[in-house]
Amino acid sequence: MKNGFHVFLAAFVALGISWLGFVLGSILQLGVEGQATVLQSSDLYPVQRPGAATMGLQVYRAEGCAACHTEQIRQEGVACDVVLTAMGNNPAAVKKAVAGLGAQISDATNALPKTVLSRVSKAGADAATASISSAGGTAEIHIVATGPDIARGWGVRGSVARDYLWDDPVQLGNLRAGPDLANVGARLGNVTWQLLHLYAPQSVVKGSAMPPFRFLFRVEKIGGAPSPDALQLPKPFAPAPGYEVVPTRDARNLAAYLVSLHADVPLFEAPFTPEVSTK
Amino acid sequence: MNPTSPESQTGATNAASCRVPFLALFGGGALWLVVGLTLAILASLTFHKPDIFANCAWLTYGRLQPAANDAIVYGFCVPAALGVILWIFCQLSESELLLPLLPIVGANLWHLGVFVGLIEILIGGSTGFPSLEFQRGGSVLLFAAFLLIAISAFATFGARRRRELHPSHWFLLAALFWFPWIYSTANLFLMAWPVRGVCQAVVDWWFCANFLFVWTALAGIGVGLFYLFGGPNDEEATGPDDNQRFLTLFSFWTLILFGAWCGIPQGAPVPAWLPALSAVGAALTILPILTIASVALRAVRTRGAAPCRGGPRCSILFGTAFFVISGIMFVALGCPHIGPVIELTWFAFAQTQLQILGFLTIVLCGAICALMPRVMGFDLVFPRLARVRHWLFISGIVLFAGALAVGGILQGLKLQSLAPFATVTASVLPFYRVSTTGLLFLWLGALLFALNIFGMTLKWKLARLHSCLAWLRAPEETIAAADTAAAAGNGRAK
Repeated sequence: MKNGFHVFLAAFVALGISWLGFVLGSILQLGVEGQATVLQSSDLYPVQRPGAATMGLQVYRAEGCAACHTEQIRQEGVACDVVLTAMGNNPAAVKKAVAGLGAQISDATNALPKTVLSRVSKAGADAATASISSAGGTAEIHIVATGPDIARGWGVRGSVARDYLWDDPVQLGNLRAGPDLANVGARLGNVTWQLLHLYAPQSVVKGSAMPPFRFLFRVEKIGGAPSPDALQLPKPFAPAPGYEVVPTRDARNLAAYLVSLHADVPLFEAPFTPEVSTK
Repeated sequence: MNPTSPESQTGATNAASCRVPFLALFGGGALWLVVGLTLAILASLTFHKPDIFANCAWLTYGRLQPAANDAIVYGFCVPAALGVILWIFCQLSESELLLPLLPIVGANLWHLGVFVGLIEILIGGSTGFPSLEFQRGGSVLLFAAFLLIAISAFATFGARRRRELHPSHWFLLAALFWFPWIYSTANLFLMAWPVRGVCQAVVDWWFCANFLFVWTALAGIGVGLFYLFGGPNDEEATGPDDNQRFLTLFSFWTLILFGAWCGIPQGAPVPAWLPALSAVGAALTILPILTIASVALRAVRTRGAAPCRGGPRCSILFGTAFFVISGIMFVALGCPHIGPVIELTWFAFAQTQLQILGFLTIVLCGAICALMPRVMGFDLVFPRLARVRHWLFISGIVLFAGALAVGGILQGLKLQSLAPFATVTASVLPFYRVSTTGLLFLWLGALLFALNIFGMTLKWKLARLHSCLAWLRAPEETIAAADTAAAAGNGRAK
């Protein structure tokens, strides 16, 4: 390169191509994304979070919760479960077919539906379903997402772009010093639990390394009657007698945001068979 | 060179033109480096005693950590890099610094922007986007300040006497162009007209890779090449031979072409083409990293391996070694099979810190300690402390980033093997304790660096005060004596 203009041109081309690809490309593809219909349902997803939860997102941002928590469940792939739903007219033959798959089944009909084969390929699941059908039974194939995050119970499927449609700012996080929160509302959907956890994490999770966020609460002297919002804390974490711990509006909003975090519906781009249909 | 020769006189004038802008850029930078590392130490305390700042919103980890990162990156790395770029352009152009008022105004605006941005983060006004936490006020100040300083750099570059470009020119000119583009894109699409949903994360990842890897590499390697090959006035300069020139050009092209495509994590909740392209970019980024390593090794062999005493070449060689390690870590994070295991762990954090503190900071501090005596006309106030600072930085970054990288790999493997989460957290804690020790070393090093910069500033101000008083007594004699002293001082510093 012989002069400054050549350097400028080189940098312009290199950065320009990447800008067109990653910035413009992703905006053109993802920027027009809208709500989608949940699989096997007429519900639309995602819906706007409730007002308190939307305000709670701003508390989440202000306190930098994303410095330790991610909001993205990683999925490695999908597998199939074979679920026996009816024994049919020849239970003995079905039991034999199920035993051939390596599972056992009791005589009680209320034990159904029962997963008789877990985490197999589509071909394996088809073969198992065919063998149960030929014995007179009925079986369904359930799609399940796989991966360490899902096995850990953090979610039921991988996160997809649509999950974040209404959030601003989107805070996916880049460190898991704490657990993933993409689906925490489904796992720990109790506002009171979340408030207790924010005030004194160890009061609800023994050995928790999370710092307490006491500045989001007020320790007040109990007046005529205790506040209905006051936390019921276990003894080692409770304030001095005559005092109570009352969450501020920020704490309540943050808890509302946390319980609003649900990524548990099947979508076209993230299919799975909801657990509820097997019960 | 004879201190009173015309060349020396010109060199002294050229160097003197940089004094005030450099004191503004490096003085503020040194202060932010100390502040940033202090905030980082405070942030790390939360992991040792979780309830230490439970009642203080300002000091909660989620606010301290981004404030610490931004203070180091925006407070120190960028202004220090800009100052060193100005110096290298002056040297390569054999000219004084043109439009010196712009860098002075720019430096003050820049530091004001950092101050405003940091206060906003600490009071809960962060934007929530990693590495872009400053709100509009701070960002606009930074952008304007960068442009002002860049204009002065371009003017000085345009005044060069030799048409041919030094390899440093390629990297440093690209760095001057790179930052305004990525910073304006990111701020416009995230703050001014926010894009929807996960596009925000994509824009932020694109910015982070282009800033924390490509820009730091352009700036750090550009500075490094100047000291490895030597400038036109360097008596020991060997200059790049044709082979080195070709390799350097190859590394420049591959760095900007492939590095710009990195940054999208492998398991990210985005369409698969984005991480797939990013993985290709990351795999090909190994080319500039290895080429830079070979150029540096060849330069060492050509000029002989002098014992390391904390000089600029020594800092640059250590910095380049850290760049190669950090680059390989960066490539590993982009690999489809390795990335998902280590990307949401302390490993990724360690890579960024190694790039910023291990590579860029060490290279810049080495360069600043070498150039300041020439600019000021007198030696470092505490030259021994500069050597101690060098070794404190080296040992600090090895402890800090090394421990977090190993801890991160362990954390990733345990998360994959479904160990209970509390066990995973507990297993990383010993590594975290070592990393805090490393931070303390780095903090001490930064303190010594700041001591030298502020010591020089004070000495210069006292000398000016003294000459002012002398001038009041005998104006003409004082001017002649000051000129002779400045020329002699410059000759000694060389």
